[in-house]
Amino acid sequence: MTYQEFKDIFYNGLWKQNTGVVQLLGMCPILAVSSSVVNGVSLGLATAVVMALSGAAIAPIRQVVPNEARIPVFILIIAVLVTVIQFAMNAYMYSLYVVLGIFIPLIVTNCIVLARIEAFASKNPALQSALDGLAMGFGLTAVLAVLGGIREIFGHGTLLSGIDLVFGEAAKSWVITVVPNYHGFLLAILPPGAFIVLGLLIAMKNWLNLRAERKVNATITIAVSSQTA
Amino acid sequence: MRRSMAKASVYTALNLMFFAVIGTALLALTYDLTHEPIARSEENEKLKLVTQIVPAAAYDNDIIKDTAQLAPDKLLGNDETTIAYRGRLNDQPSIAVLQVIAPDGYSGKIHFIIAIYRDGRIGGVRVVSHKETPGLGDYIEIAKNNWITGFNDTSLENHKDSDWQVKKDGGAFDYMAGATITPRAMVKAVHKALQYFAQHRDELFAQSPLSSLDKGRLGGVNSNLR
Repeated sequence: MTYQEFKDIFYNGLWKQNTGVVQLLGMCPILAVSSSVVNGVSLGLATAVVMALSGAAIAPIRQVVPNEARIPVFILIIAVLVTVIQFAMNAYMYSLYVVLGIFIPLIVTNCIVLARIEAFASKNPALQSALDGLAMGFGLTAVLAVLGGIREIFGHGTLLSGIDLVFGEAAKSWVITVVPNYHGFLLAILPPGAFIVLGLLIAMKNWLNLRAERKVNATITIAVSSQTA
Repeated sequence: MRRSMAKASVYTALNLMFFAVIGTALLALTYDLTHEPIARSEENEKLKLVTQIVPAAAYDNDIIKDTAQLAPDKLLGNDETTIAYRGRLNDQPSIAVLQVIAPDGYSGKIHFIIAIYRDGRIGGVRVVSHKETPGLGDYIEIAKNNWITGFNDTSLENHKDSDWQVKKDGGAFDYMAGATITPRAMVKAVHKALQYFAQHRDELFAQSPLSSLDKGRLGGVNSNLR
């Protein structure tokens, strides 16, 4: 695997083909759990782990599985991996499991996972597939973190609330109060807030892309005009 | 031609079966490795919730294991059999924890647990799950407000029937402007739970503990709140 390949995979996952703001796959968890940074990042990381593992597990067997049976086999493998993670979280991160509970089994039905398996892991070797899953998952995590952060600041006036669910009681002091004595803004916490903020994020991504494109065009024009001059 | 097609289908079926067997084996292994820590953390979670409203000095038994089965009752607001936890001090009944539902919250049922001393005084109330509006009706959660502690030490004796209303309706209990339906539902349900306890106290403490099999079937207290 070349360095360029490695860079491409991560560039695709984190930015160019970002699942959250470009592919717009897996909207259900994006909108439902992004009410705070901790919730969003936790589910994002769980999805990243599932995607990396399923990529690694499916790529090596891609030639063995007959074409007609590939979807059931892929789903079976993804479901097993998700259930294993669910058991592990239930056993070792119970309070977080209570919060994310119903969304963990839903990772199986999250179309991001199967989409990447179909588009990437069923055509590429194991290492690349695992990295692709990880990169896609991190891209999703980043979107969930930003989305969760914005909604949490507007909705509750805090950041990182609930971090003690992940790191234990000692982490309670890590919670940042951005606006003291904030009375809360309901819209940001409820689903409409998620749609609005996600819309703004997509708009920002497109604006950045357009700006970058214009810059490239401008340099080309300059280069061309200096040549003709 | 037909023969090769049959061969292909058999291969596909065997392939699918092979992965199903591997998957099942993996799940069985994980289950075996995790079911003990899972049971332990669930027990801990219950204990944490129950000990929030039952002072440690009020019991010396294993309160989570000492359970009684309560038939559905209008006064409890439920239509399914629930589990009650019983605290004992020097082998004498001292306190009970009941699971109650307030059916008429602003957005549906409010599930809560209530600890009642043997003499009918409330040890504490905690909401376990609800769908009230965030930021308005959710002050019944201890994480948001200590409103719920207003029930502590109240009883049918020190509050007469007409006191069991919010202040706006002429009762003795606080409420917050903008959300009166939620506290109204809570006060009403707590009042009913006390009446239930007064009627069923002796049989509740007398019942022999459930087998763990029944307990698994019924399900105990589990909080859906942070």
